[in-house]
Amino acid sequence: MNDAAERKLALSHLWVAFIAFILACFMGEYQVLERSGFIPALESSTVYFASVSTHGVLMAFVLTFFFIMGFGYYTATTSLKVPVWNNKLAWTGFWISLLGTVMAAVPLLTGKASVLYTFYLPIQAHVSFYFGATLLVVGSWVWCVIMLVMFSQWKKANPKQPVPLAMFATAANALLWLWTSVGVAAEVLFQAIPLALGWIDSVDPGLSRTLFAWTLHPIVYFWLIPAYTAFYVFVPKQAGGFLFSDEIARGAFIVLAVFALPIGFHHLYMDPEQAKGWKLLHGIGTFVVAVPTLVTGFTVIASLEIAGRLRGGKGLFGWIGSLPWTNSMVLAVILALLMLILGGFGGIVNASYAMNAMIHNTAWVPGHFHLIFAGTTVIMYFAIAYYLWPLLVQKPLFSNSMALIQLWTWFIGMSILTTPWHVLGLLGQPRRISSVVYNTLLTLAWKPYELAMIFGGLILLGSACLFIYILAKTQLNPTTEEFTQQIEYAEPIHPVTALPEYLNDFKLWNRVIAVLMAISFGIPILQFFFMETFGSPAWGY
Amino acid sequence: MQIAAIIQKCHDLTGKCVDFLQDFCAQLRSVHVDHLERKWINISLLIIALLVAIITIDAFFHGVNPPSKVETIDSAKLHLSKEFAENNLGVQQDANGDIVIRMVAGRYSFFPKHIAVPAETKLTFRWVSMDVLHGVHIPMTNMSTMIVPGYVAEITTSFPTPGEYPVLCNEYCGLGHNHMWSNISVIAKEDWLAPSKLTANKEIKQ
Repeated sequence: MNDAAERKLALSHLWVAFIAFILACFMGEYQVLERSGFIPALESSTVYFASVSTHGVLMAFVLTFFFIMGFGYYTATTSLKVPVWNNKLAWTGFWISLLGTVMAAVPLLTGKASVLYTFYLPIQAHVSFYFGATLLVVGSWVWCVIMLVMFSQWKKANPKQPVPLAMFATAANALLWLWTSVGVAAEVLFQAIPLALGWIDSVDPGLSRTLFAWTLHPIVYFWLIPAYTAFYVFVPKQAGGFLFSDEIARGAFIVLAVFALPIGFHHLYMDPEQAKGWKLLHGIGTFVVAVPTLVTGFTVIASLEIAGRLRGGKGLFGWIGSLPWTNSMVLAVILALLMLILGGFGGIVNASYAMNAMIHNTAWVPGHFHLIFAGTTVIMYFAIAYYLWPLLVQKPLFSNSMALIQLWTWFIGMSILTTPWHVLGLLGQPRRISSVVYNTLLTLAWKPYELAMIFGGLILLGSACLFIYILAKTQLNPTTEEFTQQIEYAEPIHPVTALPEYLNDFKLWNRVIAVLMAISFGIPILQFFFMETFGSPAWGY
Repeated sequence: MQIAAIIQKCHDLTGKCVDFLQDFCAQLRSVHVDHLERKWINISLLIIALLVAIITIDAFFHGVNPPSKVETIDSAKLHLSKEFAENNLGVQQDANGDIVIRMVAGRYSFFPKHIAVPAETKLTFRWVSMDVLHGVHIPMTNMSTMIVPGYVAEITTSFPTPGEYPVLCNEYCGLGHNHMWSNISVIAKEDWLAPSKLTANKEIKQ
């Protein structure tokens, strides 16, 4: 199949993602420097908060959205072996999202939207920021529609056949994102934009936080699912083995999609506008969603063990040494799992209803999500890029050993950055401050950790630059050799020939999600319309 | 007649649900799951059940809950409200000896800027915002809550260790957010004196 059109589509998305990424990396390093206070000339809360808002939006929304879309298009076309449905529509989605990015970037960079990437009302940004964010999301909805149409068209053409796992996971992510984005879309369309345009005088910040919490948790699974997809569909093959279980993988994606949604209130544990019963309910759901991650850990490690033993590894741990550590995908998955174990431990602390009070909104929280997002998730984005780039540009990777150095330095940098960050949180440092001006002895204990974070950030910045360099060099390589490599999806040990319909489709799960969302968000949202509430006018910053 | 029809309908519906669940379980059993994987799934479920049980038992039997009193207030009219009028802020001890601390968060401080409370004593904090979203945390303690405009954030806690603590805003509230902090002195229980204003009131009553 000639997939030149799809390759161009995927490559364009991925380049936007990684350009956003490298810009945001420079901002990240500036922020740790500014925040430490070691260079007085740098200190400016105006620049800092503009930077931190842009960094957050670029990393959390632009890098992820464009990466997920590009990866999804290519996965869909290669796993189903059909062209992308409605290529023109896909490009329309791309341009809508890109236009949205630019519309949001202008106020962000000029300090007109220093509201951080969570943009909590009633602090208000320039209206262009909200329109930009909306268009970015609308573009991603186009992607969701295309993925779900391709999923169902393939099913119609191949009745009773198991949908390839890579496509199943991608469709799960599309469904998850459609549900996830409803909360923030409602907040922006009914509160933020009308307020910014002066159509309404006030908004209820309690309601807007509730709607944002609807989105705030499942969005991290939206970011994470491509990494998990690579765990299941690329890693076993790259390690030289087989996928341990195809059915369990499907189960894991279903549970992720279903239970990632009705649990957002663990972001509101410390909020006064929701009652404790609802918080506890969402708290329990938060623990349930840990199950598919525990299962994924098992399946991935089991698949690696099979590969290690096939390669001659002996004994209880001998198979670890015989894994192909020089394969970028295998190295990335090992490092990703290490960070996932530590980050998962931190996550249990955050999820724990009462323990959360000690670390809520402290430096622990950005420490945690950098470890698990910028660590586990983004290192898998790198590995996917190293794997896909040669296929997309039809040229061999510029340098595998450079790629390995890049992955190792990312892991080391992330460890040096996030460990002190967690400790700072335990020592009481709030997140989201641009400098430490508190006149208290406590702050003396913070200094050495801030110094360590600067070095961690520097290593990460170097690693990020190396990543972009490898991708650019691969693409610009003037080779004329014919490139024959094909994308390879992992085979399960037990080939799946037939599946129960509910493991091969989302109709039932879509209904389950609807019921769970009605239970967990119905009354908590309706309460704002039944009790006497007092709105807040808009505020500058 | 109608009742019989309704009962029949309910009966059919229940039957349908049971059939669906039976079918679902039968299909579930037909899926191939390796015995090691089955074991690990069971272990995972046990771990999660244990964590959930600890949290639920703590919540129901020990009353360990985050601040969740859904109480609204007009943040634009705090100065006109009785409770959060300026002369009513800070530490107060009511007739039963219970201590209530009323605090207003506003860009960029917590008011009053310094308070003194006794250690090892149940304290009820009532926080309100007069402008935007704030958060408050006293490091090394569990005195942490978001302060959402339009709502009263009430939290009950006690401080075991006397000392001087900072009170820090931990949610971005504007470009001066760094400067939003105040002080609290936790005083040994036996050395703490109820605020003089109240003592004076009591004397007048006597």
